[in-house]
Amino acid sequence: MNVVTPFEGIGASVKRKEDLRFLSGRGQYTDDINRPGQTYAYILRSPHAHARITGIDLAAAKAMPGVVAIFTGDDMQGIGGLPCGWQIHNKDGSPMAEPPHPVLAQGKVRFVGDAVAVVIAATKAQARDAAEAIEVAYEVLPAAATVEAAIAPGAAPVHDGIAGNVCYDWHIGDPAVNAAAFKTADKVVEFELVNNRLVPNAMEPRAAIGDYDPTTGEYTLYTTSQNPHVIRLLMGAFVLQLPEHKLRVVAPDVGGGFGSKIFHYAEEAIVTWAAGKIARPIKWTADRTESFITDAHGRDHVTKARLALDKDGKFLALHVQTLANMGAYLSTFATSVPTYLYATLLAGVYTTPTVYAEVKAVFTNTVPVDAYRGAGRPEATFLLERLVDVAAMETGIDKVEIRRRNFIPADAFPYQTPVALQYDSGDYQSTLDQALETSGWAGFEARRAEAKGRGRLRGIGISTYIEACGIAPSAVVGALGARAGLYEVGTIRVHPTGSVTVLTGTHSHGQGHETTLAQLVTDRLGVPLAQVDIVHGDTAKIPFGMGTYGSRSLAVGGSAMVKAMDKIVAKARRIAAHLMEASVEDVEFDRGTFRVAGTDKTKAWGEICLTAYVPHNYPIEEIEPGLEETAFYDPKNFTYPGGCHICEVEIDPDTGKVEVVNFTAVDDVGRVINPMIVEGQVQGGVAQGIGQALLETAVYDENGQLLSASFMDYQMPRADDLPPVSVATHTTLCTHNPLGVKGCGEVGAIGSPPAVINAVVDALKDYGVRHIEMPATPAKIWNIIHGGHRMAAE
Amino acid sequence: MYDFAYHKPTSVADAVKILSSDPDARPISGGQTLLPALKHRLNKPSAVVDLSGIAELRGIKRDGDKLVIGALARHGEVANSAEVKAAIPALAQMAGTIGDTQVRNRGTIGGSVSNNDPAADYPSAVLGLGATVVTDKRRIAADDFFQGMFTTALEPGELLVAIEFPIPEKAGYAKMRNPASRYVMAGVFVAKTKSGVRVAVNGAGPCVFRQADMEKALTASWSADAVAGVRQSADGLNGDIHGSAEYRAHLVTVMAKRAVAAAG
Repeated sequence: MNVVTPFEGIGASVKRKEDLRFLSGRGQYTDDINRPGQTYAYILRSPHAHARITGIDLAAAKAMPGVVAIFTGDDMQGIGGLPCGWQIHNKDGSPMAEPPHPVLAQGKVRFVGDAVAVVIAATKAQARDAAEAIEVAYEVLPAAATVEAAIAPGAAPVHDGIAGNVCYDWHIGDPAVNAAAFKTADKVVEFELVNNRLVPNAMEPRAAIGDYDPTTGEYTLYTTSQNPHVIRLLMGAFVLQLPEHKLRVVAPDVGGGFGSKIFHYAEEAIVTWAAGKIARPIKWTADRTESFITDAHGRDHVTKARLALDKDGKFLALHVQTLANMGAYLSTFATSVPTYLYATLLAGVYTTPTVYAEVKAVFTNTVPVDAYRGAGRPEATFLLERLVDVAAMETGIDKVEIRRRNFIPADAFPYQTPVALQYDSGDYQSTLDQALETSGWAGFEARRAEAKGRGRLRGIGISTYIEACGIAPSAVVGALGARAGLYEVGTIRVHPTGSVTVLTGTHSHGQGHETTLAQLVTDRLGVPLAQVDIVHGDTAKIPFGMGTYGSRSLAVGGSAMVKAMDKIVAKARRIAAHLMEASVEDVEFDRGTFRVAGTDKTKAWGEICLTAYVPHNYPIEEIEPGLEETAFYDPKNFTYPGGCHICEVEIDPDTGKVEVVNFTAVDDVGRVINPMIVEGQVQGGVAQGIGQALLETAVYDENGQLLSASFMDYQMPRADDLPPVSVATHTTLCTHNPLGVKGCGEVGAIGSPPAVINAVVDALKDYGVRHIEMPATPAKIWNIIHGGHRMAAE
Repeated sequence: MYDFAYHKPTSVADAVKILSSDPDARPISGGQTLLPALKHRLNKPSAVVDLSGIAELRGIKRDGDKLVIGALARHGEVANSAEVKAAIPALAQMAGTIGDTQVRNRGTIGGSVSNNDPAADYPSAVLGLGATVVTDKRRIAADDFFQGMFTTALEPGELLVAIEFPIPEKAGYAKMRNPASRYVMAGVFVAKTKSGVRVAVNGAGPCVFRQADMEKALTASWSADAVAGVRQSADGLNGDIHGSAEYRAHLVTVMAKRAVAAAG
């Protein structure tokens, strides 16, 4: 008899366990934590994009009320720089340029927001007051905010000794094969585009508390992180030289990350190191302005592409050249984003036989750029799906038909792309069919005509995308330059009365892991959801972990849990066999019940658990007491979610304002554990994709000042900017992980931007528009419609 | 935020006394502009004079052919006031589109008009309706009140007490919001009043201004078509990362059409 309701296991839209504390204001975020004797840090930051520091006068500041200590780069000279976690090699095989990333500026500042000094005082206001009394003498240097400016001849070097500001000049694919394929083409489509720079803007600003216990020599860092173990490793081993057993990193409730909280930031090292110096806890919390100018930004590519086609519209070859902005320093995983998370996706869902991509990463005097929801894959998808639309336009082939002709067929999996990846599963024709049906594609022209009668320009756009999640296996990424393994860890701790605590190395910062991961346990072990707790985010509790990013938590972390549950079940069956005096081979287990096959002899889950901890009648010579297992899971491959997004827009030609009136997402995310959470993840991703396509952009002026440094000028999507999003799934199972799951966290942000822009271009088709750069703002569209001329409204 | 002294007077006379004796003291009503500036340390007043305890600054009342709105009337009160809806529905409608619910429940008409943010809503209603600004010392015609970006005829220590709006025959307002801040990018308030047609433009320029060509066109013929052909010059208008001066000039005509259509 099952002790569990079937509605809590895999496939059930159970409500999120964590929401009671979040919605009732009882979440415990880093800034909610206060330590006895706590002080406050304020970071003095550079107002210049590029300058030499010729002097720092601390005298007045040190005399200010409440000041405990002030540190500058001079005090941290013996401290390691912030490390980069992925080494890329140039075309010629030489390693990338990897300049030091000092925790506090050493003689030079390289972006507006670069940390110059830290003031620690009894209150936050006193720390800030004192920081304003610090006099820093700067010799301002010429700055470059864009990749074009940074690689222009004569541009000032962001880092001394790195000529031309090039971090690496990398490529993938076979240039000779590629060039030969272009020679056979009937048609070559050439295209240039920009992938706009974004500011992540998690709702919770970053924060960090450093704490030091002089009696044990133990440091604790509370931080807003997506991966506390990675922070412990990077900060402990590379920056502060602290051994793991003396360094605890806690990432409690975290209010959104979107990638920006993966990375090891200077403030984490500053408060930890300084806490040791002053032997008092130190709290730092960013304000929103600091978030804008110090959280790693996303995207920022400038790309030229050429697509070769035969006379039937079959893609023959793709050649891509991208300039990727790294910002002023290499953030933790910055270098992998425009290479192995971007160029490897350029085959898309198509059979293009040869792809050759060249990527030049460039230093500029801007905030470091790193992974942001999708990380590289939105850039690849936007390029491909715009390029395919332009190819359709220029060949006269229908935009759905040209996609169909080039799709990798459903029976071709596993499919080896020309850019390293091997896709395991997918069915792009069926996903497309479902999206066309749901969106009412066939009836669109009638809606366009109806809108025209209302004076509105209506357009429809499509995007058929693929992405890669759960980056792995460790051996492969290691060979490609990753300086970390990419496995995950799960511990299943079964308590004597049968309830379960799961320790996972992934981290939930909005994704709902406390529910989804618990459903895995409920489904497998038959323990009611209320009796399963998920613990994450504390290096003192969790054996190890690589954290959450790249939609990896379920595919990698969930799979580790499955492996650990395999061990639990194996041991529990042995205990059950002993109690039922049967052979282990004859004991079956199904969701909470052990049964001797073919008999009515059963033992309940709780009985076995109690026996494991109260081993009176127990095969103690053969099995250890207790019921707790840990597994490390290193995947065999990435997972490959894909799908089809269809967007319909209406444009007000008088103002240029775009309204998204209809959005359909049909995604293949593999097996769905909690459909409600998947729908929420897709909706959130689509919101960010629409944000990138229509609203958001980080704008620097030529001096490297961030003009869009607040919500007054940086447009985050609001509820009334967004349409109701129709979300559906079309499942093919991942073939290489035990759950068949692929990941759903990023699909929305990856698939949607080209669908939106394709719709905008379609709406403007009578104006001869080939492309419009993101974001498609009202002013930009008005310029297209009105040719940039002064005109009265018609 | 830097430290400051805090006063909460209960009469206009007391408030004016504090403000006159200290040139670095600032009045605060809803705080929707001053508080963010204080939090960003962009403003360092010696004292903040909280006007919220002054009963004589409150109230919305019909007074013959005028509507008198006290300086402390919050945007939400104006939006929901039966008096305003009956007398000048366009004004109630405008108030209902300022900021968001939180802003409308804090921000006041006196604060908005005194601040004269070029991207604020109320100044175009005050100018477009030919209202009279009443201070503790005098009465100032709208045409004389708005003098430039964040600049008005108010003298140091002088306090806006109320605004008297003549009740128009017709009035309408339309605006294009800045996509990010949702402040006004270009707004037009049109009114047909006893003393003639008035058209006020906000958001597009450094200060609210009257559009004489549109007033002439609407005087000749009160219709959206009448303003459709009137072009606003881009000279002197604002241009920024959200749109050029030319774009804003274009929007002025579009919004004028929509304002007239809204006025009926």
